[in-house]
Amino acid sequence: MASLDAARSSEPLSLRLRRGLGNGRVTAVLILLPPALILFTLFVILPLSESGYYAFFNWNGYGSPTDYVGVENFERIVGHSIFQTAVGNTLKIVLISLFIQMPLALVLALLIYRKTPTNAVFRLIFFVPYILAEVAAGLIWSFVFDGNYGVSASIAAAIGSEPYFLLADRDWAFVAVMTVIVWKYFGFHMMIYIAALQGVPEDLIEAARIEGASRTQIVRYVQVPQIKPALIVSAFFAIIGALQVFDIIIPLTNGGPSNQTHTIVTYLYTFGLTRLNIGFGSAVGVILFIAAVTVAVFYQRFFMKRGAVA
Amino acid sequence: MSRAQLIRNIARVAFLCLVASFVLAPMLATVLGGFKTNAEIRTGALALPETWNLEFYASIAEDPMFWRYLLNSLLISIGCVLLTLFVGAAAAYVFAQIRFFGSRMLFSYLLLGLMFPFATAILPLFIKVRDLGLLDTYWAVILPQTAFGLSLAILLFRTFFEQLPKDLFEAAYLDGCGYVRFFFRFTLPLSTPILATVGVFVFVQSWNNFLLPLVVLNSREAFTWPLGMMQFRGEYVTQWNRTLAFVTLSILPAIVFFLAAQKYIVAGLTGGAVKG
Repeated sequence: MASLDAARSSEPLSLRLRRGLGNGRVTAVLILLPPALILFTLFVILPLSESGYYAFFNWNGYGSPTDYVGVENFERIVGHSIFQTAVGNTLKIVLISLFIQMPLALVLALLIYRKTPTNAVFRLIFFVPYILAEVAAGLIWSFVFDGNYGVSASIAAAIGSEPYFLLADRDWAFVAVMTVIVWKYFGFHMMIYIAALQGVPEDLIEAARIEGASRTQIVRYVQVPQIKPALIVSAFFAIIGALQVFDIIIPLTNGGPSNQTHTIVTYLYTFGLTRLNIGFGSAVGVILFIAAVTVAVFYQRFFMKRGAVA
Repeated sequence: MSRAQLIRNIARVAFLCLVASFVLAPMLATVLGGFKTNAEIRTGALALPETWNLEFYASIAEDPMFWRYLLNSLLISIGCVLLTLFVGAAAAYVFAQIRFFGSRMLFSYLLLGLMFPFATAILPLFIKVRDLGLLDTYWAVILPQTAFGLSLAILLFRTFFEQLPKDLFEAAYLDGCGYVRFFFRFTLPLSTPILATVGVFVFVQSWNNFLLPLVVLNSREAFTWPLGMMQFRGEYVTQWNRTLAFVTLSILPAIVFFLAAQKYIVAGLTGGAVKG
């Protein structure tokens, strides 16, 4: 390919063009590229730009937007206590992911990264929650937490206490939500680490062992530094994932009790779509967009110099 | 020494079993719950049922709507996979094989989708789908879902296509094989590993998707299974055993699929996303 290109670039343009038409170069570009471009523009870029436009209107989605309100939607969102709670909840998910979920996943990965039959079974078990649909996971756990019928009801009956409704408790409902999030996603992070750990050269570990390093020292000074790129990528997924949490909340709490467990997306859905405040909801979308792009740009600049994620 | 090792090994397995029970207990309670009466669920959610009642599972399996939801999900997911593979691979092929003015710019443009979550554009998407008259059709889910998955698919495809042997193209080219034909005759057949990886990834994403169908599908006839499941839960609020039977039967295909195609699924969901 390279040699062909080199030969071609010395030819005059008209000749190259004719050759391009002859072997279908131009046709290939004109046939194979447009479907992707059209689909992407129509259903990704256009809606995204429209979000930025609708956000400045008070609009219920019918007719065309005429009631221009400037930045009023943004002011109302930022001043809305439920939105502030939703942002706080999103940050809580990030913190739980970084300080509980990722360490748990790392410990498990270190325990079972070697390829043995038992380890394979544990890997399989730990990964199952990740392939379940979020809605199914949420529904299963809403059963677990149900104070009348669920697993928590059985536990309460066994220890002889009153039925307790965790998901209806203003202070504890979001802890329950975060438990489900850890349950659902730790296996994903663990798989990333396992793949990385299997790539660490065995000689390095062997050398450290001969030098007299203990198991903990090997983990700390050899294995963890070696899989740093994987840790960075998985933290990125945790943060971007926290911005998008929606499906799990709906069956568990639907944002309640008294709007304590909203995330940014459930807030967008509840106050934008179900009430057909398209302008207001679009403004939430714009804020979410800015947050996501900021995270991506910041992350790429400071952590992923070698472009681990495009 | 060996005694310490033994203790450490026991501690290790004990810890793994503890985590495994945290993972499995809710699922076990769900599967068992489908066999119990509600009174039984109430007293022992994790216990084995006294009698294995098959009627709750049977009533779900006999409900035509249940199969309808699964069929809708299946057709939508297959539609997403085929469209993503074809449209994504075609575009990636152009970027990998043909250098032309603006190709880098167009490539970066198509990768913009990696930057932001789906939900940011969900409201205008709803308006657009409605104005196109697509609400309650399969296309209402397939087109946006495919469009949002294209960025990652194109990135992965291009990386793979660039690693295919170059001599092959030169030989085919000298034999008079054009670019479009080369794509169909050589590139696609040689790329089955990456097609399978991306295909599985797209399928799982689409099968589990909730937000988009929730927004663009309103009639029960068009519901995908997650919507159907929520609908069912709403109708049988106090009858957990029926809901649990419904949940078990609807996640069963995903579990079976996972066990069958484990290799591709793990590669697609973790490796695929990382290597990008």
